[in-house]
Parts: sequence; structure tokens; C-alpha cells
Amino acid sequence: MLQSIITVKNLVKKYGDFTAIKDISFEVFEGEIFGLLGPNGAGKTTTLEIIETLREKTSGEVYVDGFSIDTGPEQIKRRIGVQLQSAGYYPNLNLSELIELFSGLYGIDVKPMELLEKVALTDKAKSKYKALSGGQKQRFSIATTLINQPKIIFLDEPTTGLDPQARRNLWNLIQDIRQSGTTIVITTHYMDEAEVLCDRVAFVDSGKIIGIDTPDHFIDTLVASGFERKKEVKKANLEDVFIHLTGKEWRED
Amino acid sequence: MDNNRSYSHTRATLAIAKASFRSIVRSPSAVVFSLAFPLIFIVVFGFIGGGGIKLKVGIAPQSDTSNAIYQALKNIKVVKLINESQQEMTTDLVKGRIDAILNIQKNPQKLPAYFLNAQYSEASSDKGNILKSMLNTILVSINNRAVHGPPPIAELRETTLKGREYKTIDFILPGQLGFSLLSSGVFGTAFVFISLRITLVIKRFFATPVKRSSIVLGEAISRLVFSLIGALIIILIGHFLFRFTLINGALTVLNMLALSALGLIVFMGFGFVVSGIAKNESSIPPIANMITLPQFLLSGTFFSIEAFPSWLQPISKALPLTYLNDAMRKVAFEGAGLMDVKQQLLIMLIWGIAIYALAIKVFKWEE
Repeated sequence: MLQSIITVKNLVKKYGDFTAIKDISFEVFEGEIFGLLGPNGAGKTTTLEIIETLREKTSGEVYVDGFSIDTGPEQIKRRIGVQLQSAGYYPNLNLSELIELFSGLYGIDVKPMELLEKVALTDKAKSKYKALSGGQKQRFSIATTLINQPKIIFLDEPTTGLDPQARRNLWNLIQDIRQSGTTIVITTHYMDEAEVLCDRVAFVDSGKIIGIDTPDHFIDTLVASGFERKKEVKKANLEDVFIHLTGKEWRED
Repeated sequence: MDNNRSYSHTRATLAIAKASFRSIVRSPSAVVFSLAFPLIFIVVFGFIGGGGIKLKVGIAPQSDTSNAIYQALKNIKVVKLINESQQEMTTDLVKGRIDAILNIQKNPQKLPAYFLNAQYSEASSDKGNILKSMLNTILVSINNRAVHGPPPIAELRETTLKGREYKTIDFILPGQLGFSLLSSGVFGTAFVFISLRITLVIKRFFATPVKRSSIVLGEAISRLVFSLIGALIIILIGHFLFRFTLINGALTVLNMLALSALGLIVFMGFGFVVSGIAKNESSIPPIANMITLPQFLLSGTFFSIEAFPSWLQPISKALPLTYLNDAMRKVAFEGAGLMDVKQQLLIMLIWGIAIYALAIKVFKWEE
């Protein structure tokens, strides 16, 4: 039986005259990977930040693990992990010092090395965040979302700008985190990524949800309607060729 | 996850303070501005200062030097007699490099036995006046001895109280310390908050249960600790290497540190305002310089404000650094306690209240 862990009801967000989110409603179930898909400016990040209690809503209701964002933002913050799009970290600190800082901010004791081990960054413990590669930065960002052992983590375009190896490596990490029982809400531009990772996806366009279902069901419905790809579908694509030729190992380390 | 355990804001505040302190210590500009910069000035002034007044007196080439007046001048410590060509001497006098030219001539008509021709310069009128009264004193005593006239009506009996020597370092060090606190408070605070805001570090903090007050307090604690360590280093180097006067020893140091803390807190208020007004990191220096530069020049950092023209003095007397410098010097040299400088403290406090009221209005947490 699916238990809802996030409930969004009739959410509206206005910036002056512009309505960024137009009355959206959806649920995220416990333990699933839920994808918010859509073009830039569709309102994915705004929706995410309202749920994360980082942005004020104009109207509507949002519940996270039973707490309303209006009355229990502190409770929610303690139950979620947040990765922001393009966020930096405190300057001049190395990774284990950054984890120490976050552990103080959450009021939770963590061993930096254990956490870094989860994201395969133990050898970078003494490096500065700025000195990491793109894939390492994203892995570290994900590590910081796990510090408070959250029930839900939010990942905002975690794979944007990564090379195929780093991207697939991150997929594995995200699947491992879900395996340990954490619910994941993710935004992405990449449909192949959503197809591999997400149990359910919602398509967001111009501030509205225009469809919400499992990737398989979306595809089956489209095919049943008589849709056919212009090009004959092959059993592999060019990215498979790239990975096959260059190897699966991460290039960044 | 144990959600019932109470969240500690103190722990979060200290975590930020620790992170911030590590970051400051590793940032070259903070170390240069808070320590290296003031120490360079202190070293420079420490070596060139301490001489007191010197009167440079040129002796004209054709002057008679075998007389009592010349010998008397030669024995006065503060007078330095200079021999060079007439032409050089005149140029030096006009430019104020020497303070007077003396030409002592024998009088062929017997009495008075000598004529003392003295030439002064407007370029150095202060020292010229000192020399004038010195020459008068010499002449009076020589004339009295020569005449064997009636006993003098009154005799001057001079005593000089033994006082503390006010060295250049005693003036310069408090000024440099004050300026170091000003630049650390304004520049440091403004840069930290704008960069944390632009790089979304603060936004990421907001996704944790930390309070805004913990962020501000944590940053303030680290800057305070860093600046007070810096102040202590400056004071100790000044004292042990350049004989900076600490009239009541350790107590004076503690009082100076208390003043430093108050000064820094006030100046950090300016930093919060600058970080709120500035659009990005590169617009900080012009705005921050508008606050620090006038105080650097007009608050008695290098020159006593009494030396400024009277129309400039009201401006000097409006600036907070003036009062920090003033209080610092009174505490260090005169041994004043904090209660003795309460007027200065009060004015700084008023500045603090005004600037924090403004900071609350203009400070921005997010873009």
C-alpha cells in the first residue's frame, strides 16, 4: 500500500503580475523516486523550493511527512535533505570541515569519513569544494543532503553538465540512497535519466502539471495512440556506444 | 532518526563561528589588512619616530665662531648646527629644511661686542619662534654676566616635572589598531555576507534548522575573536619591540581589547549596510572606501585632529573612529579606565544604534 509522504494541494505562486505556479496538486509516495520534468522556467525549482520551506507560497497547502509548511517548517527542515541548483559551499573549507559545519547546523553527530565513503570521496576529504570535478561536486552535494538522515531528499538537476560516466555514476548513487529507504524528489531535463531512475514522473509546463504517471505507462499510452518514432529504434543508442568505447570507470578521479 | 531531541541553536552558532574563523585565517586579504598593514605602519613609525624636536640652524660661512654665543648654542642638545655654502643654506631655509641662518659678527665699534644676525623662514615659523626665545635667553644671560650691573630684580628658578615621554608609537599604534578594526569590520563583514549570499551558501543554510540570528552571531563571534587576537599581537609587538606605553600593564591591554570589541561591533554594522547596498563583490570596495577612507584620514590615525583647520574639525569630531582612537590613547597612555572614557563610548554607542537600525532596513539575505 502506497503511503503519501508529500502532499501538494492547489499550490499557487505569484511574482507580482506573473503567476509562476498555477494551481498544482500532486502527491509523492514514501520510498519512491519522483521526477519533476519540464523545460526551463516551467516552475520546477520554484515548486521544489516551496516544499523545502525556502520560498513563500501565494496560496495552497503543502504537507511534508505530516507537517504543514505553514505551521511546521522547522520540523520539515529536520526531515529533509536539500541539494540546490548551483549552490556553493562555505569558502576556504575542505570537505570534512564542511561536513562538520553541516553537522553543527543540523545538530547531529556525523563522522565525515563515513559520509564521504557513501559518495566515494574519502580521498578528497582534505580538498576544497572548488577543486573538485563536476561529478565530485554533485556527489558531495548529495552527501550533504544525507547528514541529517532525512526521510526525503530533493535533488535539483543533479546531473546537468556532467559527462556520461559521471552521470551514470550518480544514477547508481541515487538508486543506492533509495534502496536504503529514502524518498527522492528529482528534477531533470533528461528524459532517459527520468526513465531509468523515476518510479513516477510529473510533467510541468508553464506552471501547470500536464501529466503524472509512471514512465512505462506514459510510453505505453503514447504507443497505443499510434505514435511511432520516425527512425527505427535500435537496441543501443550513441551514449551506449560512448560508454562502451570509453569504459565505465569514472574519469574524474 | 530521533526527531524529539531538542535542537541546539548554540551548537549551530558555534559551528558557524568555527567554520568562519577557519575561513578568515586562510584568507590572505583578512590577514594582510588586519595584521600586516598596521604592523608595517607601526614598524615604519616606530623607527623614524621618537626624536622629538630638532632645530636645524645654519651657520653662515663668514660668521664668527669664537664667541660665547656660538659655544652656548653648540651645547644645546636640540640645536643642530649646520655648515654649508651660503647659497645652499638660503635654499634650504626657504624650503624649511633648516629653521634659521645665524651670522654672528664682531662689532668694530666695540660695544655691543657682537651683532647676532638671525634669518628665519615662513616655511618653518614654529621652530623659528622656539629658536627666537632660545636666543633671547642666551643673550640675556650673557649680557648680565658681562655688565656686572646691579643685582637682578627677579631670578627665574625653573623646575621640570618628570613626565612620561610621549613617543610617536604611543600616537601611531592606537590609530593603526583602530583602523585595522575599521577595515576588518567594514570590508570583512561586507565581503563575507555578499559572497555567502551570491553563492547561495546562506540559502543552503536556510534548508537546515539554523536561525538567522545564529548565522549573524556566528560570523560576528569569529570576526571578533580574529580581530582581538590581531589587536593583541599588534599591542604586544608595539610594546616589546617599540616601547609602546601600557601604563597599567595587563589591565591596560584588557581595556584596549574591550574598546577594540566595541569598535569592531560598531564597524561591523557598516559592513552589514555595505553588503546590503552592494550588488556584487566588485561594488564593495568603492562603497566601503567611502566609509573607511575619510576616517583613515580625518580620525586622528596619523595626525592629531587638533592639527586640522577649524572648518574640518567638526567633520573629524563626527566620525566614530575618532572616538575609538581617542579612547584608546587615553587608556593606553594616560591609564584611563573605561569609565573615564564614557563620553567616547557613548558616542560610539550612538553610532552603533544608528548604523544597526539602518542595517536592519537594507540588509539582504537572498538575491
